[in-house]
Amino acid sequence: MIEVRVQQEDIDVSAELARLEGAGGGAVASFTGLVRGDGGLVELLLEQYPGMTEAALRRIAEDAAARWPLAALTVIHRHGPMQPGARIVFVGTASRHRAAALDACAYLIDWLKTAAPFWKRERFSDGTSRWVEARAADDEAAARWNGAQG
Amino acid sequence: MAIDILYFAWVREAVGMDGERLDPPAEVRTVADLLGWLSGRSDAHARAFAEPARLRAAVDQAFATLDAPITGAREVAIFPPVTGG
Repeated sequence: MIEVRVQQEDIDVSAELARLEGAGGGAVASFTGLVRGDGGLVELLLEQYPGMTEAALRRIAEDAAARWPLAALTVIHRHGPMQPGARIVFVGTASRHRAAALDACAYLIDWLKTAAPFWKRERFSDGTSRWVEARAADDEAAARWNGAQG
Repeated sequence: MAIDILYFAWVREAVGMDGERLDPPAEVRTVADLLGWLSGRSDAHARAFAEPARLRAAVDQAFATLDAPITGAREVAIFPPVTGG
């Protein structure tokens, strides 16, 4: 029911949606996060805390499954170097009705942004690099679900 | 008792290594105590931990506040606020 993966390989969104559709709920929702190429970005590097990332994502997934009636749920987060346009993260849910599928999907990505140990470093065409700073807006987005976290 | 201490992102770059295995004295009881003790080991450590507000921690792979106890912990990680997703 719950599929959680941390991987370097690209994410096959079609295959993941097919698995969720096959869960038989009738309503499937998803979110895909991509690398934005603004400002001359040439590479985004995702650093991770090996072991803790998968455990943290699994906890967030189990929280979602406890809050909403889901037939299936998928969280896949990549790590390593990526180009603009590349997929970073995929979250998908399946339920009998759209409200649970959509709300659980939003919950998963909102919590994942604050509770999963990944760090992004941007490298630009002018040769500079910088670590992305966490945003207060992400903490606020997670807090709107008031309560259970990963 | 030896603890594996891990560093990530700019903390790793500032300290100059991705981790070390150390045996802090008994009076080092919290993450904050650990940062203070580590800061005495080198200028690089001191610079990395100069602003605790910019740091987060995990003890045995669970997020922890800086006042969390580390007694008996096997692994403590120090890092910036996360930016995944």
